[in-house]
Amino acid sequence: MTREELQAQLPELAPGSTFEEGGEWLNMNVDVSLWKNFSHALKFTLSLDFDYLFCLTCVDWKTHLTMVYHFTSTTHRHHLVVKIKLDRTTPQVESVAEIWRTAEFHEREVFELFGVEFINHPDLRKLILPDDWEGFPLRKDYEDPINMIKL
Amino acid sequence: MDVNPKAPAPFPGDVIPTPGGGILVSKMDQVINWARSNSLWPLVFGTSCCAIEMMSTASAKYDWSRFGFEVARATPRQADVIIIAGTIVNKMAPVLKRLYDQMAEPKYVIAMGACATSGGPFFYNTYSVVKGADHVIPVDVYIAGCPPRPEALIHAMISLQEKIKLGLTREQIRMEKPEQSF
Repeated sequence: MTREELQAQLPELAPGSTFEEGGEWLNMNVDVSLWKNFSHALKFTLSLDFDYLFCLTCVDWKTHLTMVYHFTSTTHRHHLVVKIKLDRTTPQVESVAEIWRTAEFHEREVFELFGVEFINHPDLRKLILPDDWEGFPLRKDYEDPINMIKL
Repeated sequence: MDVNPKAPAPFPGDVIPTPGGGILVSKMDQVINWARSNSLWPLVFGTSCCAIEMMSTASAKYDWSRFGFEVARATPRQADVIIIAGTIVNKMAPVLKRLYDQMAEPKYVIAMGACATSGGPFFYNTYSVVKGADHVIPVDVYIAGCPPRPEALIHAMISLQEKIKLGLTREQIRMEKPEQSF
């Protein structure tokens, strides 16, 4: 599907979502409450068939967190970027590890570095940091007086 | 100072005076150091992008085997020199220390690139990076660059060879120093 066709079809699956102008790929802002059904639709709707999650990350905007998912379809060759705004104090979002297996480790990484809690994740533990680590080091307000030299 | 008042027992054999007899020993040291410096086996140790330059230095175009570095070893027990090619993070630091401890004496260390010398681009605002590998193990030669070019690495290796040919290991230098009294 072309970018315009995607832009016409996707709001039906996630009402109230908006699109961002510019960028190499189509950027879509989705509400967190719709994500469980919408992620399912992205994978299992035949005309969309987003079968490859090639990037999963999180951005700290100081006022809120944003989950960013990059999808592509190996059959249709179209791309999509989904952004979900999260509350900074209690960030919670539905896990997509059951739909795209690659998300399991990526979500564990986001969990330890940003403190996002993924609902229904099969094994939400720290991935790289030591088990007794406290705090979320990739958040902008992270402080570590021993190891960090502030500029 | 205590001076032993007892004179040593006379040597039981014949003493043949040889003028300049110490020459043989010092020449032997030079031969050993020459041999050591021309057969330095590096440890296969690369933690980030400097390792790519290190591989390039090992490959045909730059070919560090011209200087006796070709036998890269994957075990520290057979290696003479460890080239810290890359960032050392807090989780890697105990591993690096252990690798260094497992190497046989005499052992040498080259800190390659900005990360290994000072933390480099990760000096500020980083929770995970050791600010210089010399916080963990002693370093003989530092190389600037991010990453350094293969020529710089070869230059560092030649510098290390010259250092070895000059004579003393780090431990020997430490032992030759007169003990400070307080």
